[in-house]
Amino acid sequence: MTAGARDGYERDPGLQPERTRMAWRRTTLSCAVAGVLAARQALRGGPDPLAVLVVALIALVFLAFLGAANRRIHALATARPPALSTRAALATAACTLALAALGAGLLR
Amino acid sequence: MIDRPRPGSGALASAAANVRLWFAPQRIHEEGETPDYRFTLANERTFLAWLRTSLALVGGGFAVDQFLPHISRPLRLTLALVLLVGGALCAVRAVNQWVRCERAMRRGEDLPISRFPTVLALLLAVLSAVLVLAVAFGWAG
Repeated sequence: MTAGARDGYERDPGLQPERTRMAWRRTTLSCAVAGVLAARQALRGGPDPLAVLVVALIALVFLAFLGAANRRIHALATARPPALSTRAALATAACTLALAALGAGLLR
Repeated sequence: MIDRPRPGSGALASAAANVRLWFAPQRIHEEGETPDYRFTLANERTFLAWLRTSLALVGGGFAVDQFLPHISRPLRLTLALVLLVGGALCAVRAVNQWVRCERAMRRGEDLPISRFPTVLALLLAVLSAVLVLAVAFGWAG
């Protein structure tokens, strides 16, 4: 990483920003897995219009999660990144809640 | 004793204060002093770990409903619903705990303690036992 030199700070020997960025990547991956399972659940009865609509909603939820994660990952690309905003924390939690709610509606 | 929820109206008031903080992030940053950025990043990673736990529970709910067609329908739906609700609770708790830790660090207080991990672990132990029994004995519907 050259970020430390660019910002004029010493790089953190504990690689905290790097680890935090990878934690975001892992979490996005978890969201993708949950989203794929949710889409599979929606399409069990065949691709009727309602199922396609639900899959589109799931895709939107995942894209919202991905967007929030990517914004944060870009913000973390400095030696002294700012603290996580409450809005980003709430957005990712809301995406998880949306997946759970969609899942509860898809049980049969 | 500072941050421990008290029974009755005290706990309710402190929960309401926490929820107000969720939606007014600038108020967190007004309080106290900005801690070492490494501590806030550690808090962020803990939040993300809880969010992954939450997503795993939600995914587990989907998996139970999709991959266990041979157990009885009420049992399957109950297990799936418990996992989905558990995942939702975990996500809400992740945000709340993150806000509380962030505030405690800024004020220089002790980090908040919580029974949630114990409760979650016990719930998961019971759920796993039920799942193993259901699969082993093939409780068909």
